[in-house]
Amino acid sequence: MRITLHVWRQKNAKEAGSFVRYDVPDVSEHMSFLEMLDVVNEGLIAKGQDPIAFDHDCREGICGMCGFMINGAAHGPLRGTTVCQLHMRKFSDGDELWLEPWRAKAFPVLRDLAVDRSALDRIIAAGGFISVPTGSAPEANALPVPKEKAELSMDAAACIGCGACVAACPNASASLFTAAKVTHLGLLPQGQPERSRRAIAMVAAMNENGFGHCTNLAECEAACPKAISIETIARMNRDFFAASFSSRD
Amino acid sequence: MSSVASVGSRARVARVWQAPIGKKAVMALTGVVLFGFVLGHMLGNLQIYLGSEQIDHYAVLLRSSPKLLWAVRGVLLVALVLHFVSAAQLKSISRAARPDDYRKYDPQRSTLGARTMLGSGLLLLAFVVYHLMHFTFGNAHPDFEELKVHHNVVTGFQEWPVSVSYIVAMVFLGMHLRHGLWSMFQSLGVSHPRYTPALRTFATVFAVVIVIGNVSIPIAVLAGLIG
Repeated sequence: MRITLHVWRQKNAKEAGSFVRYDVPDVSEHMSFLEMLDVVNEGLIAKGQDPIAFDHDCREGICGMCGFMINGAAHGPLRGTTVCQLHMRKFSDGDELWLEPWRAKAFPVLRDLAVDRSALDRIIAAGGFISVPTGSAPEANALPVPKEKAELSMDAAACIGCGACVAACPNASASLFTAAKVTHLGLLPQGQPERSRRAIAMVAAMNENGFGHCTNLAECEAACPKAISIETIARMNRDFFAASFSSRD
Repeated sequence: MSSVASVGSRARVARVWQAPIGKKAVMALTGVVLFGFVLGHMLGNLQIYLGSEQIDHYAVLLRSSPKLLWAVRGVLLVALVLHFVSAAQLKSISRAARPDDYRKYDPQRSTLGARTMLGSGLLLLAFVVYHLMHFTFGNAHPDFEELKVHHNVVTGFQEWPVSVSYIVAMVFLGMHLRHGLWSMFQSLGVSHPRYTPALRTFATVFAVVIVIGNVSIPIAVLAGLIG
């Protein structure tokens, strides 16, 4: 099949970018989207041109490194999938695709389709952890976790921090990312000691790092490769209000 | 005496107001007040179908206690101002959060009405100002008579451009309510896979009921059903 790409090319965060058109003949339907870009890049390198920069690592949809916009949708048109697990058979011969990086003040463009997502790390550093002494693992049965809570916590823990929620949100909000972490830890007994402090600190970090607010559009839920529900955002809001008014902090 | 010191209440309120989540809570709570008014206002207005005596009597009843009237107006005004200020501040946050917008953006889930709450809100604000000048103060009305609601409504809506502007404003109100009525629960932290879908259906039904109830009045006047 034949695909026409319009790829956002940008040297760095300071210089202005623009779309560059690439005609890609002989695309195999079995290629993943990133493999198709690899082929484009080999052609560019052979011609002595700069290859298209994009982030990637595991290429099996579990690491959270890859991701960009395809025709205005984060990770492309297939739900619950990262762009590395999106295959060319989902497109048709002759398709014209527009590739853009995640756009947010908190995600400066490093180059082309690669953005700096360390703002998400700063949100985690504010409270997305539990403080426990390291050493030998405790006896598993000593700390009962109800099945339902374990499952809901795992649903939230599926977040790979790819940033698609921020990218898809019209307000560039990191609410789904932050809520996933608050939910993941807040449902487990190990997360209780720091639950109030976590909610307050992570919500503040979201704001400080230049992310927008949530307007309950659920674009993040639609874009999330792990299909994490905006129900987690309501849970984060609950934790935040409870912590703000009832805790001593 | 407790051995753990507590953050003061003023600092707590400041912390909540500073967070966008807190501003959204303010929008939700003031939204409840404004929705309550919209519902009561529609129910009151529908009395026009019971004849001129009934609705004119209702108008006199509303004005019978100036203290109560101004208390209610005060609450509504405060709610409106807080709703507006929160919205304006949140918009400036989200605008700053994406200074360079997508050249191509394709929403996957949200409705146009949900994405244009600020636009419909500003339009409704302009409408409220006009509506007050039209039927409360009467200075935008061709033949206004104090407390003669039936007469004012009929003569007001007989001008078709006025009726059309009311109908358009009500469609925007419907779009605003359709998102706002369920979204306020989510903002306040209330979400459940069993109840939230029902809530969204309820929001749509309610928005449609409000629009139909309000729009029916100018249409009935234009059609000569009320006169």
